[in-house]
Amino acid sequence: MDLGRLLEYLVENARVLRWFAYVVMAGLVVADILIPSAYDRFPWESIGGFGAFYGFISCVLIIVISKALGYLLLYRGEDYYDD
Amino acid sequence: MIDVIHPSLLLFLGAAIVPLLRGRAQQAWMLLLPAAIIAVVFSLPHGSSGAMNLFGMDLLILRIDALSMVFTSVFAIITFVGALYALHVKDTTQHVAALTYAGSALGVVLAGDLITLYVFWELMVFTSVWLIWCRRNPVSMAAGFRYLIVHALGGVILLAGIILHVMDTGSVAFTAIDPDSAGFYLILIGFMINAAVPPLHAWLTDAYPESTITGAIFLASLTTKTAVYTLIRGFPGTELLVVLGVIMALYGVVYAVLANDIRRLLAYHIISQVGYMVAGVGMGTIMALNGSASHAFTHILYKAVLFMGAGAVIHMTGKAKLTELGGIYRYMPITFLLYMVGGLSISAFPLFSGFVSKTMVVEAAALDGRAWVWLLLSLASAGTFLHTGLKLPWFTFFGQDSGLRPKEAPLNMLLAMGIAAFLCIFIGVFPGWLYAIMPAPVEYNAYSTGHVLWELQLLLFTGLGFFFLLKHVGGEAKISVDTDWLYRWLLPKFALGVQRVVDRVWDAVLGGLMRRLTWLVSSLTHHHGPQGILARTWPTGSMVLWVAVMLAASLLLYYL
Repeated sequence: MDLGRLLEYLVENARVLRWFAYVVMAGLVVADILIPSAYDRFPWESIGGFGAFYGFISCVLIIVISKALGYLLLYRGEDYYDD
Repeated sequence: MIDVIHPSLLLFLGAAIVPLLRGRAQQAWMLLLPAAIIAVVFSLPHGSSGAMNLFGMDLLILRIDALSMVFTSVFAIITFVGALYALHVKDTTQHVAALTYAGSALGVVLAGDLITLYVFWELMVFTSVWLIWCRRNPVSMAAGFRYLIVHALGGVILLAGIILHVMDTGSVAFTAIDPDSAGFYLILIGFMINAAVPPLHAWLTDAYPESTITGAIFLASLTTKTAVYTLIRGFPGTELLVVLGVIMALYGVVYAVLANDIRRLLAYHIISQVGYMVAGVGMGTIMALNGSASHAFTHILYKAVLFMGAGAVIHMTGKAKLTELGGIYRYMPITFLLYMVGGLSISAFPLFSGFVSKTMVVEAAALDGRAWVWLLLSLASAGTFLHTGLKLPWFTFFGQDSGLRPKEAPLNMLLAMGIAAFLCIFIGVFPGWLYAIMPAPVEYNAYSTGHVLWELQLLLFTGLGFFFLLKHVGGEAKISVDTDWLYRWLLPKFALGVQRVVDRVWDAVLGGLMRRLTWLVSSLTHHHGPQGILARTWPTGSMVLWVAVMLAASLLLYYL
């Protein structure tokens, strides 16, 4: 199957893809700042680039809080229920 | 009396024929029957039929309106997709279970009264549990029993609620339940158990990952979504559900961070996604209810794609844990790409199905001025992409090479995934098709510049965060305890403790009694036993002596 080969090619050029993603992300933030906000139901909706900030913060918060909960409270050995 | 064919009846009868067929004939039947169900369902005329009076109750077996049609049609589609995915399986029990389970779920959605609903509700439990047991190992056997016990309990609570409600109102009709009705909370709890609302959710994440590869598609699609349907119908605008829905959305996300088993991760995201639907029901506005119904529709399709993708990986590699998988994208590229369609759909990427339904619920929160709901549901959206769209595929298909060299999944599996994935993209690109079948007219445009910009920023920067923390997000060879800890660990330990105490008390009481008894017996034995004083035989010599003494005495008396 050539599809696997194609994916392999893309993975080998991950660096290019990554820069492409950075450009797209920067473009989104710039666009969000330039285009006047269509919504103002909440104060943050008119802040340009808030979505980017919120997405990144959400991701970090979710990982940090969940992992903390895991280590402090929830994680057990895989055979915990076996005995 | 019944002027249209009830799809459930057709499925039950059709399922009864499956054991009589073998090989190709059975396979053909497994495709033909669900295809016929789709045809029947899409030709159902709106309206009610199957009204009958039983023991003075006005039953309505078939109620077809816009709301029930949303669920009926997607159930029919997924039954076909699931059957196609399971086509290679040579296990008649599973096929019969899957078909009757689908029939029961359709029965719930089409039921116009609470009695009919209850009967199909219970049937769903007893048909679906086989899809877990058919994995045929001790783990799934035990998980199946726990699943059965929780749902049996839920069924009793629901029945108690229905009885109270019917005695209170005098009607068995299933419409919005009056908050003043005596059975309100019991019925709500009954529904919430099936909707997997924490803390009543652990049956789902306990059992689904232990089910058969193909059975999981039916399980993930049907039970929770029938519950969403019953909540939309019975409890719109119940404020409590907004809070619970938001908690669900986040709860699933937290546990998905910790999950290592790929199907357990997906199971936690069922809870998270159903959270959006439950929150929508709680808000109860027209847009929120449309959002819940449409999200249920898209959810069934993309969740099926995800479970089928994960199932295909497990089927081909025999591994289910992120820590044991990795680097197989070269060998299963089609599975990978189809999985990603599901992953992007659940994450609500523009042009994929989740975007046109999930954002409707979030938008409803905005229109309702619920800032916290809006912020927390958006947070959960980021979490969804983080796990289902990034973590799971990254550590399954990329990441560290696990050394696994699987073949691509069988054609029927790929076709089933392909159909569902196509529908995900189709709905994402042409949302009007989905909006047209919603219970109320949809006045919502998902593709406004503001929505697209917000969603793309949210998701892409979540992605940035993921790669930023890549070292810390991988699976760990651990399990995380959930509320099922109560009945899997605490309750057995408690029961064992009670047993030990009872044992000890019993021993002490019995021991005390025994000591008394032993003393009594030994003292009796001492006096009356074979060697006892009172039982001792007297020597004949002394008898003779005494006789002689008495004779001598009588002789003396004679001479006196």
